[in-house]
Amino acid sequence: MLAQFLQFLFSGLTVGSAYALAALGFTIIYNTSGVINFAQGEFIMLGGMLAALLSGAGVPLALAIVIAVVVTCAIGLVMEKVVIEPAQNAQVVTLIIITIGASLTIRGLVQIWLGKGTHSLAPFSGDTPLVLLGASLLPQSLWVLGVSLGLVAALAWFFGRTLLGKAMLATSHNRLAAQLVGINTRRVLLLSFGLAALLGAVGGILVAPITYTAYDAGIMLGLKGFVAAVLGGLGGGVGAVAGGLILGIAEAMTAGYISSSYKDAVPFVLILLILFFMPRGLFGAKSAERV
Amino acid sequence: MFQTALKQSIVLAAMAFASSLAVAADPIKIGSVLSVSGPAAFLGEPELKTLQLYVEKINAEGGVLGRKLELVHYDDGSDAAKANSFTKRLIESDKVDVLIGGTTTGATMAMAPLVDKASLPFISLAGAVVVIDPVKKWVFKTPHTDRMAAEKVFEDMKKRGISKVGLLSETSGFGASGRKETQAVAAKYGITLVADETYGPKDTDITAQLTRIKSVPGVQAVFVFGLGQGPAVVTKNYGQLGMTALPMYQSHGVASDEYLKLSGKAAEGVRLPTPALLIADALPGGDAQKAVVTGYDKTYKDKYKVDPSTFGGYALDALNLSVDAIKRAGGTDREKVRAALENTKGFVGTTGVFNMTAANHMGLDLSAFRMVEVKNGDWVQLK
Amino acid sequence: MKPITRLLRSRHGALLVLALVLAALPLVLPNAFYVDVAIRIALNAVVVIALNLLMGYTGQISLGHAGFYGLGAYASAALTTHFNWPPLLALAAGACATALLAWVLARPILRLKGHTLAMATLGLGIIISIVINNEQQFTGGPDGMAVPSFEVLGKAVTGETGWYAVAALMLLLMTWLALNLIDSPVGRALQAIHGSEIAARVAGVDTTRFKVRVFVLSAVVASIAGSVSAHYIGFITPGMAGFFHSIELVTMVVVGGMASVFGSILGAALLTVLPQLLQAFEGWEVVVFGVILMATMIFLPRGLVPSISLRLKGGRA
Repeated sequence: MLAQFLQFLFSGLTVGSAYALAALGFTIIYNTSGVINFAQGEFIMLGGMLAALLSGAGVPLALAIVIAVVVTCAIGLVMEKVVIEPAQNAQVVTLIIITIGASLTIRGLVQIWLGKGTHSLAPFSGDTPLVLLGASLLPQSLWVLGVSLGLVAALAWFFGRTLLGKAMLATSHNRLAAQLVGINTRRVLLLSFGLAALLGAVGGILVAPITYTAYDAGIMLGLKGFVAAVLGGLGGGVGAVAGGLILGIAEAMTAGYISSSYKDAVPFVLILLILFFMPRGLFGAKSAERV
Repeated sequence: MFQTALKQSIVLAAMAFASSLAVAADPIKIGSVLSVSGPAAFLGEPELKTLQLYVEKINAEGGVLGRKLELVHYDDGSDAAKANSFTKRLIESDKVDVLIGGTTTGATMAMAPLVDKASLPFISLAGAVVVIDPVKKWVFKTPHTDRMAAEKVFEDMKKRGISKVGLLSETSGFGASGRKETQAVAAKYGITLVADETYGPKDTDITAQLTRIKSVPGVQAVFVFGLGQGPAVVTKNYGQLGMTALPMYQSHGVASDEYLKLSGKAAEGVRLPTPALLIADALPGGDAQKAVVTGYDKTYKDKYKVDPSTFGGYALDALNLSVDAIKRAGGTDREKVRAALENTKGFVGTTGVFNMTAANHMGLDLSAFRMVEVKNGDWVQLK
Repeated sequence: MKPITRLLRSRHGALLVLALVLAALPLVLPNAFYVDVAIRIALNAVVVIALNLLMGYTGQISLGHAGFYGLGAYASAALTTHFNWPPLLALAAGACATALLAWVLARPILRLKGHTLAMATLGLGIIISIVINNEQQFTGGPDGMAVPSFEVLGKAVTGETGWYAVAALMLLLMTWLALNLIDSPVGRALQAIHGSEIAARVAGVDTTRFKVRVFVLSAVVASIAGSVSAHYIGFITPGMAGFFHSIELVTMVVVGGMASVFGSILGAALLTVLPQLLQAFEGWEVVVFGVILMATMIFLPRGLVPSISLRLKGGRA
């Protein structure tokens, strides 16, 4: 009984950490620019795909990871510069369509240049599962969980202690005021995309050994990451991670105890319920609407 | 300057003469609607590449009945409504002689009513048994049915004395249809399905479902019905949960080397039914299909530098069957081609040996499937 | 102003032009395939106009409207196939069920704004498509199901010309409805809500009631269009209710022009025809489509029709 429950819990934590990393990326971009970036899933996919292909071609794992992260980050910066900046003052829906267009373009290019096959990445510390109280856990899951938490801590330090991070926070609270105190908000926006792309790529690389990666790996992960981010209130890192983990565990428990065919509906039922009763999400800030 | 003009006019005249020679007879138009993008892309892409490669090859070898083949293809993006629309385009605008395609069962079923109305021979590349059962006059198919896969697997299970099986099927069309057929034929082989779990095609972790199956008392084997990366994740999780002592059977959806590469060590001992193409090199010399499958293997590898997939094989068989039928019908008269297709006997393809009849528009039997097991990271045919 | 100019400038004039175009179109189209595309454009346009009433005029985002479309389609298919209901009755039943669902969920959903509203509607659409995918006895599961022909009083609608008449009539009706709605007090209330919900409430507009009604109306129209499309194509799959279809609809609204009825028709036309045209770009269709989307939204952020009409009037887009 306990072993079963723990197994479901580990499964949920593994999947949940992937969602958490995706949610972090959404949250950062939303906070600095108000844009819901539907291409976030593609950043995750790019990280995993590039690392898998490079490493498959013989490049040592560590180098492959670094290159993959850097390239994805660059793509994020390019995307912001070419596509988001010119459309700065557009409506929310217009920006959504633009990011959808960007995600289609990225996915289409990967389809053509990197192929339609599925690829795997070597696990960082081997394949042998750890057995705890009758349930097994892959060492890679610990990597995912650990690095996610580490990233959240690093981001907290970045936003709280460094000038650049504080500038980004200021921009997210009130862009006009930030501009008035001399913050280059355009550069902040650029950096936020780069940062989100970086986080996405790291997430993709971390989960690729467990989940495999293909040109369309970003769609579901991006969608569920979005749900996790809204669940967490699109506020800060803690909300995103909590949202992701809760989502993952809810899915696993549903598959384990109720029905596996409706497991995919769980994130969306959950989000509907939460939004009906707590429109700001679980950790969202309570704000007043100014007229 | 005069010399340049003279040169140019000579070249032009030569081109005009050459093109007039080429347009000697009408080309035979082969229409095709495949899912080259979208979720079914890993099926549709090898299908398209195979068709393109072999149309070129057949034309280089003189065409069919002195006429060249022309391939007109559209990508339905894994959307059945688009497949329906493109089929209309092929019938009304492009006026094709034969239709090959319908990568997914959904697309095929959306295309079928149109070919019936237009009296156009249609060879489908989809897996479900519903495509040819009940028989539709103008619809044929080359892949084995999901029912056959279940029967082949159950045959092997019965030989091993297995009677209690846990079923894990994908929520995609292939998996859902496979699940239905598996449930329908289980009793015939004395098999009881003690578990019935599902997983999504893009699921990243399937340990919850496997844990449930593991805990069912008396379960003797697991049958996984899926396509692409899902079954690989299942296999990996299987290894992670230490379930490898429990026999695992897969469907022909993973009859590819990619499955081995992705699943790694955990795939040891997995058994599945496959078309002969997968084990082309290992076939004994006297095998009826050996020449055809090794020929396809080499031709595809020479051109595209990667191994062909069994899905591409379905398309090749469809093309060759059409060409054979057209030759026997002496032309592209639709009813004659249809009748010729229906009378195909002893046709050796990559998928198997086809023997079609008016009641059987697929023409394969269980011998077209070979049972294989993964041993030391490679496929070994079971006797 | 001369009477003819007055007629053309008015809302009736626009409708007249549309009717003339629709009547003349089949005469210039080369073959039945083109008529098929025209029928699909018309049916899509009906949904897009309704969605535009919700998104463009009332300012609410919906990323789940394909769910309602799918509900109508599957209601028609399942009731006629499994229970032998006459098609019109099945269509009405689908519309009523959709209306009920939309009405029940409208209040809690429409309390949300911006991205949370987008998320809620997204979730609703996906839940509907998952249910359709799983309930195989009624819906045929992921491989879809066939839909019997559409019969009214014993006579079946067959052939492209018959269906074209049906689709064109529906489009005319919907356009007329939308134009009238926008020019009425209801329309003005909706635009007030879009401008500033709080100001509208201060001015005495019952914003919740209007938002709920537009939401339900757009859902019902989507359901009816779904039912008709199901009978026309003859085969439906759960993908019709899915996320990608919802995004396609939203894209048609935005590219054609938010808050513009004729923009919706243009948007539907462009995005229905585009996949056909893109086939020429073997392998690059997805990329080209994505680039077109981005370019249109960057250079014409208000959508095609509003930007073009602004240009014509001498303003800047």
